[in-house]
Amino acid sequence: MAKLYTKKKKATPKMLPKKETVNFLLNYSKALRIVKIGDVNFETIAN
Amino acid sequence: MATTQLPDALLVRNYIDGDENALAILIKRHQSKIYGFIYSKILDRDVADDVFQDTFIKVIKTLKSNSYNEEGKFLPWVIRISHNLVIDYFRKNKKMPMHRETEEFSIFSIMTDNSPNIESRIITEQVESDLLRLIEELPDDQKEVLEMRIYQDLSFKEIADLTDVSINTALGRMRYALMNLRRIIEKNQIILTN
Repeated sequence: MAKLYTKKKKATPKMLPKKETVNFLLNYSKALRIVKIGDVNFETIAN
Repeated sequence: MATTQLPDALLVRNYIDGDENALAILIKRHQSKIYGFIYSKILDRDVADDVFQDTFIKVIKTLKSNSYNEEGKFLPWVIRISHNLVIDYFRKNKKMPMHRETEEFSIFSIMTDNSPNIESRIITEQVESDLLRLIEELPDDQKEVLEMRIYQDLSFKEIADLTDVSINTALGRMRYALMNLRRIIEKNQIILTN
């Protein structure tokens, strides 16, 4: 029987969030503006 | 790129000053640790993604509203936010547990649909049409009372008034109608069950 020479992966792959999640956050950050007037924060999201 | 070598504190400062790219570098630098931390507690990729997203929404809001206190370090601060959100998730989940479909567990094993299936609906329709044909065999006076009582849901008093007979006569006609129906059913060996 043929031998298998491929190595087993010992380390589990890095856990990463979905690309969509990261992209959403970056877009959200770009769109968000917070203006502080007195004690109140006003959030505006640009389209 | 030189900016990727900048320390966290400087990137945070640049981000507060409007450099959006600084956030991208911070996320890229720490996403594995933060996501790994969340996943190690929650063990569900989709929920972990949600918590990761909520964590950074809080981070973004805090930084943009200038409420970030630079005393602590960036990563431990973000981990603390995600830790609190994980606790929130478990609290909420305790009140309303979410079950995913697995090989051993199917939601349909505890959730049943009580509405009749297509087969029993066809049988019911068949039984009803057979019964209508049998009713047609009855004498007219009996048929009239039975239809008024069963299909029009009238009381025997109303039937008596409408057919111009006494209540006892209407009751008697109904009784004979049912007896005759049973007789026809038995005679022809008709099965009228669902």
